[in-house]
Amino acid sequence: MFDDFFIRALVAGIGVAFVTGPLGCFVIWRRLSYFGDTLAHSALLGVTLAFTMEFNIAISVFVISSMIALILIQLQKKTNLPGDALLGLLAHSSLAVGLVVIGFLTFIRFDIMGLLFGDILAVSVDDLLIIWIGGALILLTLKFIWKSLFASTVNYELAEAEGLNPDRAKAIFTILMAAIIAISIKMVGLLLITGMLIIPAAMARNLSSSPQSMVIYSIIGGLLSVIIGLFTSLEFNTSSGPSIITAALLLFILSLFKIKQSIKLKN
Amino acid sequence: MSTDQNILVKLNNAGLQLNNKWLVKGVSLQVEKGKIVTLIGPNGSGKSTTAKIALGIYKKIDGSVEKYTNKVGYVPQKISIDWTLPLRVNDFMILTESLNKETIDEALSLTGVIHLKDKNLGDLSGGEFQRVLLARAISKKPDLLVLDEPVQGVDFTGEIALYELIKKISDELSCGILLISHDLHTVMSATDFVVCLNGHVCCSGSPMDVAKNNEYKALFGEQASQILSRYEHKHDHIHTNEGEIKKN
Repeated sequence: MFDDFFIRALVAGIGVAFVTGPLGCFVIWRRLSYFGDTLAHSALLGVTLAFTMEFNIAISVFVISSMIALILIQLQKKTNLPGDALLGLLAHSSLAVGLVVIGFLTFIRFDIMGLLFGDILAVSVDDLLIIWIGGALILLTLKFIWKSLFASTVNYELAEAEGLNPDRAKAIFTILMAAIIAISIKMVGLLLITGMLIIPAAMARNLSSSPQSMVIYSIIGGLLSVIIGLFTSLEFNTSSGPSIITAALLLFILSLFKIKQSIKLKN
Repeated sequence: MSTDQNILVKLNNAGLQLNNKWLVKGVSLQVEKGKIVTLIGPNGSGKSTTAKIALGIYKKIDGSVEKYTNKVGYVPQKISIDWTLPLRVNDFMILTESLNKETIDEALSLTGVIHLKDKNLGDLSGGEFQRVLLARAISKKPDLLVLDEPVQGVDFTGEIALYELIKKISDELSCGILLISHDLHTVMSATDFVVCLNGHVCCSGSPMDVAKNNEYKALFGEQASQILSRYEHKHDHIHTNEGEIKKN
C-alpha cells in the first residue's frame, strides 16, 4: 500500500516520539528550550564531521553535541556572561562553522535542506536500528535517573538534602539531550528538533494534572504529530520536519481550548 | 561511648564564604537522636545557611560536617513550584522516596491536610502548603529532621498544634530535629538546646542558659530573656566582609 521508505519513516518517527515525549517534559520543566536549540545547531558540525570522516552521522552528532554541552558548562564557570548570551554564542557559531566547513567540502553533495528540515527519504534500515536501540537506551537511562532528576527539578536543595544525587542526574540528562538530537536529526531536521521536544510537551501541560499524565499526553501528542505530519509530507510533498511540527502546533492550539475551560472554572 | 552513637550530625567549626563574604562562620553544634536543637537569630544571621551546611547541600565549606545518617527529612524555608510542572500533593509526597498509601495518608492526617491530597500544589494557600511540606518530611520517618521555619504562614492554633506534633515526632520516632524558628516562646518551651546565631555562634546552651546570657539579651533585647516576650533584637555589632566583628 505504501512505499518502503514511507513505512521506514513512520517507524522511525514513532520511535523518536516515544523518546521526545518524556524528555520534552523535562525540557519544559527545567527551562531548557534554548539549551536544546544550541545542541541541535551544533549538530550540523557533527554532520559535516561524519561526512568528512565517513563516519556514522548519529554517533558523530552525539559526540559533537555532548562536547558543546561540556564547553557550555565550562564557559558558564569562566565568564560572567548571562546564560542566554552564552547559548546564543555557541548555537550560532557552531552553526556558522558547520556551514563554512560544508562550503569547503565541495567534493561531497550535501542536501542542506534535508539536514535543516528533515528528509523522510533519507531514513535507512540502519537509522531505524539506531533510533529504536538508541531510543530504548535513552528511556532506560531516564527511568534510572527519574527520581533524582524529577526531585531536583522540583527543588534542588530538597533532593540534595535527602540523599538523591541531583548533579549526577543533571549531567546524565545533558548527555540524553545530545543523544535524542543525534537520533532524531534525520527525521525532523536540526532546526526543528527542539520543536519536537517542547510543542507536544507544552500541549500535554494544558491537558494534565500530574507529571505522569503529562509525560503520557506528551508521548501521544508526539505520536499524532509524527503520523499526521508524515502523511501530509507524503501527500503534499513537503519536508517532513516542518510538516510534523505544524501538526504538533495544531494539536497545541486544540489543547488551548481545554486549558481555557479549566482557568475559567478556577476564576 | 553511647552518646557518640546518638549523634546524627555534627558541625565542627563550620562556615561558608560566598564572594569573599562570610555568610556564617565558626559554627560548632551537634544534633542527637530524640533531641531538638533550635537555631535562633536575626534575619541574615546565617540560620538557613547553617541548616544547609548540616544537610550537606554546600560542597565548599570551611570546617567540616560529619553526617551519620542518610534518612533525612527537610522542610526548606522557601520552595516555589513552577506552573509548567503539574504536581498534586500526592505526587509531592513521594518526591524523594516511594511510600505506600497508608503512610502518605497518615502523615497528611497528622498535619491536618488529608483533604488536600488530590489538589494541585499551586492551588494551596501558604499555610496549607507549609503543612504539606511538614507532612512530606515526616512521612519517610527520618532519623534527622531539618525544619526551616516550618510553621510560617500557619494560623495561630495550627502553629501550636504543629509544634506539639514536632515535639511528639521527636519523642516517638526518636529522631533528631534541627529547627529554625522565630517563635521564642515555642523555642524556649520545647527545645533541648538553643544556638543563637549572628553570623557566628553568639551563645548556645539549654534554653534557660541562653535566656540568661548577656549576648542573647543584647541580640534580642532585655525583654526576650523574660521568655514570653515579643520577638525583638538590637545589633550590638556588625560584620565586615572578612568576617571580623566590629562593635557599634
